[in-house]
Amino acid sequence: MKRVRSAWRVLLVWLLIAAGPAWSLAAGAQQPRPQPTKPAQDEFVPIDQLPPGEQLPAAPLLIAAYSVAWLAVAGYLFSIWRRLDRVDRDIAEAGRRLPRA
Amino acid sequence: MQRLFLPLTVVVAAMFAYAPLMIANAPFESTMLLVQKIFYFHVPSWFVMFSGAFLCAGASAVYLAKGSRDADHYAVTGAELAVVFGLMGLITGPLWARKAWGVWWEWDVKLTLALIVWLTFVAYLLLRRYGGPGSEKLAAGVGIFGAANIPFVYYSVNWWRTIHPKTTVVPTLGPGMRGAFWFCVLAFMLLMVLIVAARVRLERQRALVDELFLELED
Repeated sequence: MKRVRSAWRVLLVWLLIAAGPAWSLAAGAQQPRPQPTKPAQDEFVPIDQLPPGEQLPAAPLLIAAYSVAWLAVAGYLFSIWRRLDRVDRDIAEAGRRLPRA
Repeated sequence: MQRLFLPLTVVVAAMFAYAPLMIANAPFESTMLLVQKIFYFHVPSWFVMFSGAFLCAGASAVYLAKGSRDADHYAVTGAELAVVFGLMGLITGPLWARKAWGVWWEWDVKLTLALIVWLTFVAYLLLRRYGGPGSEKLAAGVGIFGAANIPFVYYSVNWWRTIHPKTTVVPTLGPGMRGAFWFCVLAFMLLMVLIVAARVRLERQRALVDELFLELED
């Protein structure tokens, strides 16, 4: 039972990291609005002792961070591939014109 | 490198596919819990950023000293890596900070210096793009000065009082976290090798195109 629970937890975190972009849309839509805090709160409250409504959920931030990382890498690789493709076409074009010139 | 490119691409793709599993299996940090897992991509992105910056500075120095065109190709590649992976670090960091510190951004020494270094490499690329003829040499100087700031970014957490964790975090990682972290660092560094190979090839091909069209004009 403990193993199954542990496997579920691993699967959940893996999904958060790997399938970030798709999840972020769904998570964003379901995100509860943070409750307004009391004005003039004069005592320090440790962050882990805040009422659940005032705590900031970590999952959307984690999903956003990994989405940014995946998108940045994918976008940059795509831009290099596109630029290489364009320059290869330019070389082919120049090669076609060179013997005639 | 051309022979190694495809096998290395397969290895890097496999590593990036496996990395989320390793991160998921790594233990939760006791105070920050889930959000701390941003660490596994945030810190490696800075590894690549710093490596790119040093590549740019070293190659720029060679370019200024010897006028080697190939060194200039490596310099522009390094600067581009510094900008892309620095941006990744500058975005993932505030996402982590929002939960850990309660703010998106804090103008403390580490974060401010990191932003300045990143902007320096953005300036390098803008100079290359819009600086006109001869801007390569000026940009090389900018690249060297940009990389000279990196030790200040890295050690600022030890020298000044700052909200950012100190440099002792990585050497003192627990065994469960250490494996996942260094696996991600290796994946990022191998990705960097691939990008450098492809990006330098792009610069060489561009130089070839320029030569061919000059020949055509003559």
